[in-house]
Amino acid sequence: MSIRAITEEDIKNLEILAAKYPERRSALLPMLHYVQSIQGMVSPAGIQTCAKVLDLTPAEVAAVATFYTMFKRFPMGKHHIGVCTNTLCALLGGDELWKELTDTLGIGHDETTVEGLFTIERIECQAACTVAPVVTVNWEFMDSMTPKSLRELIEKLKLGAPVQSTRGVQITSISDSERLLAGFNDGKYSDSPLADDSMLAGLRVAKQRNMSAPAGKGVK
Amino acid sequence: MALTPVLTAHWDDPKSFEIESYKKYGGYVALSNSLKMTPDEVIGIVKDSGLRGRGGAGFPTGMKWSFVPQNDGKEHYLVVNADESEPGACKDIPLMLANPHSLVEGVAIASYAIRASKAFIYIRGEVPHAIRRVMNAVEQAYAAGFLGKNIQGSGFNLDIVVHAGAGAYICGEETALLDSLEGRRGQPRLKPPFPAVAGLYASPTVVNNVETLASVPAIILNGADWFKSMGTEKSPGFKLFAVSGHVNRPGIFEAALGTTMSELLDYAGGMRKGSKLKFWIPGGSSVPMLTPEHIDIPMTYEDLSAAGTMLGTGTPMMFDHTTSVVKAVSRWLEFYKHESCGKCTPCREGTYWITGILEKFEHGKGKEEELSVINDVCGQIAGRSFCALGDAAATPFPGAMKYFADEFRDATRIAADASFPPSATTIFDKAGV
Amino acid sequence: MTLTSDNKQTKTDNLITATIDGIQVQVPKGTLIIRAAERMGTFVPRFCDHPALAPVAACRMCLVEIEGMPKPQPSCAIPLTEGMVVKTQMTSKVAEDAQAGVMEFLLINHPLDCPVCDKGGECPLQNQAMTAGRAESRFEIEKRTFPKPIELSTEILLDRERCVECARCTRFSEEIAGDPFIELLERGAKQQVGIATDEPFNSYFSGNTVQICPVGALTSSSYRFRSRPFDLVSVPTTCEHCASGCSLRTDYRRETVMRRLAWEDPEVNEDWNCDKGRFAFTYLKTNRLTQPKVRTKDGTQVDALWPDAIDFAAKGLKEANGKVAVLLGGRLTMEDAYAYSKFARLALGTNDIDFRNRVNSAEELDFLGNFVAGSAGSVTYADLEKAKDVVLVNFEPEEESPIVFLRLRKAVAKSKINIIAIAPYLSRGLEKINAEVVATKPGDEAKVIRGLNIAQESIILVGERAAASPGTLSAVLEAAEKTNSKLSWIPRRAGERGAIEVGALPNLLPGARPVTETSARSEVGAIWGVNASDIPNKPGKNHAEIIQAALNGEVKALIIAGLDVLDSPDPQALGQAINAVDFVITLGIQENSLTRYANVSLPVAPVTEKSGTFINWEGRPRPFGRAISSTNALTDARVLAMLAESLGFEFGLQTIEELRQELSSFGNWTGKKIEKPVVKEVGALETSPSTAILSTWNLLLDDGALQKGEEHLAGTQRTAVAHMSEKTAADHKLENDDKVIISNARGSITIKLEIIEMVNDVVWIPANNHDSKVKSKLGAKEGDIVTIQRGNF
Ligand SMILES: Cc1cc2nc3c(=O)[nH]c(=O)nc-3n(C[C@H](O)[C@H](O)[C@H](O)COP(=O)(O)O)c2cc1C
Ligand code: SF4
Ligand code: FES
Repeated sequence: MSIRAITEEDIKNLEILAAKYPERRSALLPMLHYVQSIQGMVSPAGIQTCAKVLDLTPAEVAAVATFYTMFKRFPMGKHHIGVCTNTLCALLGGDELWKELTDTLGIGHDETTVEGLFTIERIECQAACTVAPVVTVNWEFMDSMTPKSLRELIEKLKLGAPVQSTRGVQITSISDSERLLAGFNDGKYSDSPLADDSMLAGLRVAKQRNMSAPAGKGVK
Repeated sequence: MALTPVLTAHWDDPKSFEIESYKKYGGYVALSNSLKMTPDEVIGIVKDSGLRGRGGAGFPTGMKWSFVPQNDGKEHYLVVNADESEPGACKDIPLMLANPHSLVEGVAIASYAIRASKAFIYIRGEVPHAIRRVMNAVEQAYAAGFLGKNIQGSGFNLDIVVHAGAGAYICGEETALLDSLEGRRGQPRLKPPFPAVAGLYASPTVVNNVETLASVPAIILNGADWFKSMGTEKSPGFKLFAVSGHVNRPGIFEAALGTTMSELLDYAGGMRKGSKLKFWIPGGSSVPMLTPEHIDIPMTYEDLSAAGTMLGTGTPMMFDHTTSVVKAVSRWLEFYKHESCGKCTPCREGTYWITGILEKFEHGKGKEEELSVINDVCGQIAGRSFCALGDAAATPFPGAMKYFADEFRDATRIAADASFPPSATTIFDKAGV
Repeated sequence: MTLTSDNKQTKTDNLITATIDGIQVQVPKGTLIIRAAERMGTFVPRFCDHPALAPVAACRMCLVEIEGMPKPQPSCAIPLTEGMVVKTQMTSKVAEDAQAGVMEFLLINHPLDCPVCDKGGECPLQNQAMTAGRAESRFEIEKRTFPKPIELSTEILLDRERCVECARCTRFSEEIAGDPFIELLERGAKQQVGIATDEPFNSYFSGNTVQICPVGALTSSSYRFRSRPFDLVSVPTTCEHCASGCSLRTDYRRETVMRRLAWEDPEVNEDWNCDKGRFAFTYLKTNRLTQPKVRTKDGTQVDALWPDAIDFAAKGLKEANGKVAVLLGGRLTMEDAYAYSKFARLALGTNDIDFRNRVNSAEELDFLGNFVAGSAGSVTYADLEKAKDVVLVNFEPEEESPIVFLRLRKAVAKSKINIIAIAPYLSRGLEKINAEVVATKPGDEAKVIRGLNIAQESIILVGERAAASPGTLSAVLEAAEKTNSKLSWIPRRAGERGAIEVGALPNLLPGARPVTETSARSEVGAIWGVNASDIPNKPGKNHAEIIQAALNGEVKALIIAGLDVLDSPDPQALGQAINAVDFVITLGIQENSLTRYANVSLPVAPVTEKSGTFINWEGRPRPFGRAISSTNALTDARVLAMLAESLGFEFGLQTIEELRQELSSFGNWTGKKIEKPVVKEVGALETSPSTAILSTWNLLLDDGALQKGEEHLAGTQRTAVAHMSEKTAADHKLENDDKVIISNARGSITIKLEIIEMVNDVVWIPANNHDSKVKSKLGAKEGDIVTIQRGNF
């Protein structure tokens, strides 16, 4: 796997990010997301580049890059798959899902399959406990997974078949997700499905049981 | 008490996240109203409403805003804490997904009140779907003239930057969040100075939770008394309760504060078939657990605190009789170890130590005397760490020992998986479906 | 030569009263609890706390109980306030338990390898574990381990498992040195200190991190495993390298210096020193001269006994018949320089003495005589710290006087201070003190100063390179007067300021007395026991004139001492001069090309083997004692005394006490001063399409003679590159990373080009790094014209 070099165009994009903030250094996390989107990792060259753009030392950038779990110091595969193994998800099935995933792909935490398609990670609570157990593909959520649905997911991804995230967009690559996280809006905000059962659970009960907030003077 | 959908009232609208839908239900009127008041009048209403921070600590929001010095000639900043990473907490992300405009409007009103012309929404990096929706809501609000220069002809300017984190629970701690937003390692800052005096870029800054801010437009629109007509005196208003775990209908339930867990459990369809509630945690893994006997305690800041726990994020996790407490606690400690920022000794070393011991217990290999070592170590962290993450890490074990000491003793002989087969705890069937 | 102390009495209305461990204390407002407790003799254990660094309260070792607060609080971060009631571990179980708990945590992952650790015996962790730790470990799981050790630079090593993450090193590097090349990496239990890939910890101040590391995590390659603290004998010394005047602690064992550390001196170097001062002492080990040598008739040099060598030298001097001149280097102690000054006048009857073995000028001589001599304390470190406006002229603080640099940085961090630098470009050091550069071609300094709007009551600091640019020193004096500014001249070498005060110059007698003033001569004569008329009344020859006179036979013998030929403004001319005279006496500590050429070579004591005084740039005396006394090495003064007696003069100065006594009797000169220089500016020289103006200065770490033999330190030198502006490079058809050949009639230097923002038509190269040896290869000085060509790949 060769890491793509950082181009003049990339530097321009990094400059765009830096210009968004009252103090340029604030753009460091977005910039590292950007580096990750083009290199599949935060490489030493990526660190050097960010340091140069922000007038920091490479050590200062490395200090930041190594602090955050999402930044990887090894080349990721095309898809990043996370399985939440924090307590609630783990107990409700996350541990099984993790076992299923490692067995299927034959790799472990923070490892990449040889053909470079998948990197897998045990991840912490994703703020999706109501749809546990949760799996993420390129950080797009796959809610309420089962070993069977996970196997099917992997198969589809291997085949390049379309996969729709239950809360997010159709799966493309970790690179696309990272670009969004850097701050470059992909405009796909309405591609996500509507509010799901768990999000609507309370509203439905309220409607069934005729419950509502007291009437206010406002229109809400 | 009853369900009180306000923030969630229109989530079943297929376009709930679009500005037209939001406006259809009265969106952005509160902003227009606010801009006709003085900033202090806005702060006054929020103060009167008694709204308390929904990020976990429950600090009165209006009071927080009033701490920001006025006419100091400095930039002020509003920073939205959308880092929701507390185990069990899952309300801010759905809120941003379904109703991002309530947040954007809340941000605009709060910024006006604290005289900020720049706001940042710091969203944890692992939720691109929510980031998209918020990015879009911000863009739509600019296009509609609710953000940008001279909003609604009021002379008030506001820019919002949507900023993604990169995976670090500690960045939910407000000062660590500020360091992270400044492009540094997300380690908490020494206080004082407090953010209200010297926060982002050493300027006066208010950090508020997503739900806190999203609640503001409804308060401005309907008034403080309306808000106070829900909940209790010390815990007024509505709140998003996200109920998860071994319940039939996990999900988000917006109800008045003071609603009991048994009511919430009822809304959530009760515990799953054939199961009994074993223990539950009212608001994230950082608050002590409770048992079925506490299920009728009203979910308020004061009542839960009297019961020796906290409302926290108000997102109850419900575990049934199939659950191994040892495994649950061990996993939480693993989380705190993974997320400890490393700055202070007690948290960094203490979580490393406890996790090591608990792992042995999980495999049935603990030694009885080690239980008191863990207990001591928790005591050596609690109250001595730099920030509340350390305190949080010292919470699950003593909390669990209070009710389930025997289970830990059993774990000196029997592995957690033997006592509590995972196949029973998982929510899918044996075929993995 | 006295200095006024700047310590003002703290006003009483700034005091607060509080209680610590039941005892009432009064301390200035803002005093941290940990320091207040210290004042009353209670040491609260600590790791991350360091008085010079901003509090972080990270290690949690210093927790104490404060009445009214539910949790124990970090005493290192909380100021004592009026009425506060504090209980430390001495009286509070809460505090004692909290500290014991933290200590236990710190030890769980510590390797407990004290027996093989450099820090063993002087380790705060070890010491505090004894007082606050448990006897037995309750930690039974696997310790965190790291492969050991990692090289942060060639000089600094890190054993990560010993680290307690107090971040003193990283905070020092960022806050104090401005070199955030080491940082905390990773998170949580994996957190560790480290560097970025391909960027080592090459900070001039890196050694300080070893000193402030409270455990044995950071060690220096040069000292690692070499000795145990309890085998060492420590003596306070003064650094012999630059004019900053750092107090050092020299640790030796069996008459060998093992290491040097910064010795705290709040008025000068505070807690710090630079890596040159810390590590560059191994030169003492090589080529030491221990025996006098004389050249026989057949031209060979043979060992001689002291009396014979002295007689031989005296004979040579007599034969020169009054045509003797004295050339000195800038590293003599004040006492030794004084002996030369006296010897020249008394025994040789000449004012032909000059210590300025570096770029110098007649204008500078007047400047030193008029302004510098006797100006002790005109600017102090404390003044720098309080300054509002500072102007730097031909002076690179970080390279030329690192402690001045640190103090300016401190001032910049503390308050709004405007620093303007008259320099060809914004160097890294200038950038770190937020200086604004007035991009100036070498030669144009005087013009720029005259055109500059200098704020009233500024501080003007001018470096030794000003002598290369005619008119600059005159302009600086003029500017200082006009703006009511304080002025200070900051030389590079430790001995220069002292040499001026004692008159090791052709125009000055000791105590800033002009040789031309009769009353000056009679005052000096009175002390020396001679008549005013016995002291020559005309200014002597300066450095350049002495060389010229040697070449044309006016000078027949030279006494050369403490001088490195390669430091000379023109090593080649000096070599020719030495060749031309009949008789050469050298005094030095090491054998080198010069001593090998001498008719008489006399060994003298290095700084470690004698007492002495350096006068730092402020004019502050920095006396030091003898560290190693077993050798019989003689001071220059003792040797000169012998020589004077052999020549039949009553010289005195047999002991250092006697010498200091005599020096102190001079007092201040109140008479007429030497006229200030009024030299017209010449301006930068014209360049042609193939030439550029040379700019050059010595980097702190370079190939200087006193840095020899310390390869670990040498490994942290900055890489030598040439700098040009984009336009100048383009004019010469050069691109970044090209090799450029810089030459003149004498020779050439080939070096990599790095284009930066700087003044046009100028090429900058380091004076003495790697192949960039400006003096030996080009014999050029700043402002000279050099030819530029593109080199081959
Ligand atoms: C370790 C830790 C994690 C936290 N995480 C969050 C979070 O994800 N979201 C949040 O709003 N508050 C979080 N908090 C609380 C914040 O520090 C802060 O109190 C809150 O954002 C203030 O907003 P509020 O007053 O609107 O509640 C966290 C606190 C700690 C100590
Ligand atoms: S308690 Fe200490 S190590 Fe833990 S997160 Fe807070 S500051 Fe970091
Ligand atoms: S010395 Fe006070 S916390 Fe470290």
